[in-house]
Amino acid sequence: MNRRGATFLVNAGLLAAAAITLCPLLWMVSVSFMAPGEASSFPPPFLPESASLGNYRQLFAQTGMGRCFANSLFLATAATVLALLFNVTAGYAFAKLRFAGRERIFRVLLGALIIPAQVAMIPLFLLLKEMGLVNTYLGVLIPSMANVFGIFLVRQYTMSIPDELLEAARVDGAGEMRVFVSIVLPTLGPILVTLAIFTFLGSWNDFLWPLIVLTDDDLHTLPVALASLSREHVQDNELMMAGSVVTVLPVLVLFLVLQRYYIQGLLAGSVKG
Amino acid sequence: MIRRGLEPGRAGWLFVSPALLVIGVFFFLPVLAALIISLTDFDIYAVADTGNLRFVGLRNYLRLLETPLFWKALGNTLLFVVIGVPLSIAASLGTALLLNSAVARLKGIFRTALFAPVVTTLVAVAVIWKYLFHTSYGLVNYGLGLVGIDPVDWLGDPRWAMPAIILLAVWKNFGYNMVIFLAALQNIPGDLYEAASIDGANARQQFRAVTIPSLAPTLTLVSILTMAGYFQLFAEPYVMTQGGPLQSTTSVLYFMYEEGFKWWNLGAASAVAFVLFLLMFAVTMVQFWLARRWSRA
Repeated sequence: MNRRGATFLVNAGLLAAAAITLCPLLWMVSVSFMAPGEASSFPPPFLPESASLGNYRQLFAQTGMGRCFANSLFLATAATVLALLFNVTAGYAFAKLRFAGRERIFRVLLGALIIPAQVAMIPLFLLLKEMGLVNTYLGVLIPSMANVFGIFLVRQYTMSIPDELLEAARVDGAGEMRVFVSIVLPTLGPILVTLAIFTFLGSWNDFLWPLIVLTDDDLHTLPVALASLSREHVQDNELMMAGSVVTVLPVLVLFLVLQRYYIQGLLAGSVKG
Repeated sequence: MIRRGLEPGRAGWLFVSPALLVIGVFFFLPVLAALIISLTDFDIYAVADTGNLRFVGLRNYLRLLETPLFWKALGNTLLFVVIGVPLSIAASLGTALLLNSAVARLKGIFRTALFAPVVTTLVAVAVIWKYLFHTSYGLVNYGLGLVGIDPVDWLGDPRWAMPAIILLAVWKNFGYNMVIFLAALQNIPGDLYEAASIDGANARQQFRAVTIPSLAPTLTLVSILTMAGYFQLFAEPYVMTQGGPLQSTTSVLYFMYEEGFKWWNLGAASAVAFVLFLLMFAVTMVQFWLARRWSRA
């Protein structure tokens, strides 16, 4: 095949694939601006006859999605802060501080990755019930506070810091906390961003656990609210699309802004996930 | 406040213990408890008062084997995995090869576009696709109509509901592995292709002799991770079909959720969770074993 033919075929293939991945998302946006019932016609309209924000108004005024948006935002932010606190110190210690049983504990943690999280969910629910944490924000946050993937990510990155740097600080009389805060943390910038975006997206998109723990409508996150809304309002397609836009857009924008860090984390995790 | 003079060994423990404590109490302990609960008749009465709890041995597991819906859910989940994973990997590899091609234009933009579904919220895209699959107004049937295919009742027909969910899952997930494949393709040394072409290998022979063997370790890893993900099918049937029609999309996790949090049969639900875990574990081991045999052959 000549080069021109190949160029055409490859780029046409890419264009077709991109059209398939983007079409549903673009169409979601378009339908969300349509008048109620407008999308239920044949052939399916691609653009609204006259774009209106009516669905968004109804969504926030009548279905309580505004509240759920705030819940999702708070939970994802809190999960991110907690994950940074717990995983970064642990990841650093596994990489750079010698302590008895370090390698063995790390191997056990890695081995635990094979256990699906759902196995722990029922006893965890009962445990939280005993602690009075069912139907609370804290109950949603607890399983995401520390996780093996986050620790692994930070450990891999931290290993590249030269030991001499840490030793020099210790020789100068810095304590371990000082070494961590003033020598290690400043070099961890990129991996902190990676860990933050992974945790934020994971928490924002999570469904099963918040569905189990949050029974009160007022506490629902966006995915939980959207799922129950779509079971109630089967006919209101335009409203559902507006709800989907509100749910998807923040994470999509966040990804576009921090794409490089997300992809780096994905690749680091796949090396030995 | 940690003072200077603290030796690294103590500091190490101090630094890891918060995370280990959380993982221990909120993951390892519950996993162990799940095993124990699966051997009891934990139900709504035990939720109210654990005094009602009785040890029943393997009865939950034996009863599962006699529950037709459990077998149905197992079959549905296996169908989802066996069809969905290869399709997903094929789409990932295909797009990665296109992106890696020397003649591809606007690579960065295409990569971002193809990856976008990965970061979207599963529940939201399930809501979108439920509409795309609408029998009369959905874009999927409209597209099929253009090439002369009659409308399919995607989510209302037990034969088509699972294929519809598989299409959604492939659309949502293939970008993830695409990025991994792309990185692996870029790591293949150019000399290998040069040597092959000097030996007279054409493009297709180069692909079989150089590309595929170089990708083998990545392929193993990707298929293990992807399979683990596909076994955890839940949100798609929850949003799109509620397990129907005729229970054709009830997955193992959906069954567990209903058993546990709708009927509060937590003992039985824990047994379901363990069966799923054992199944995933077994499949992973088989893949490792196959990969090792393959690499020796």
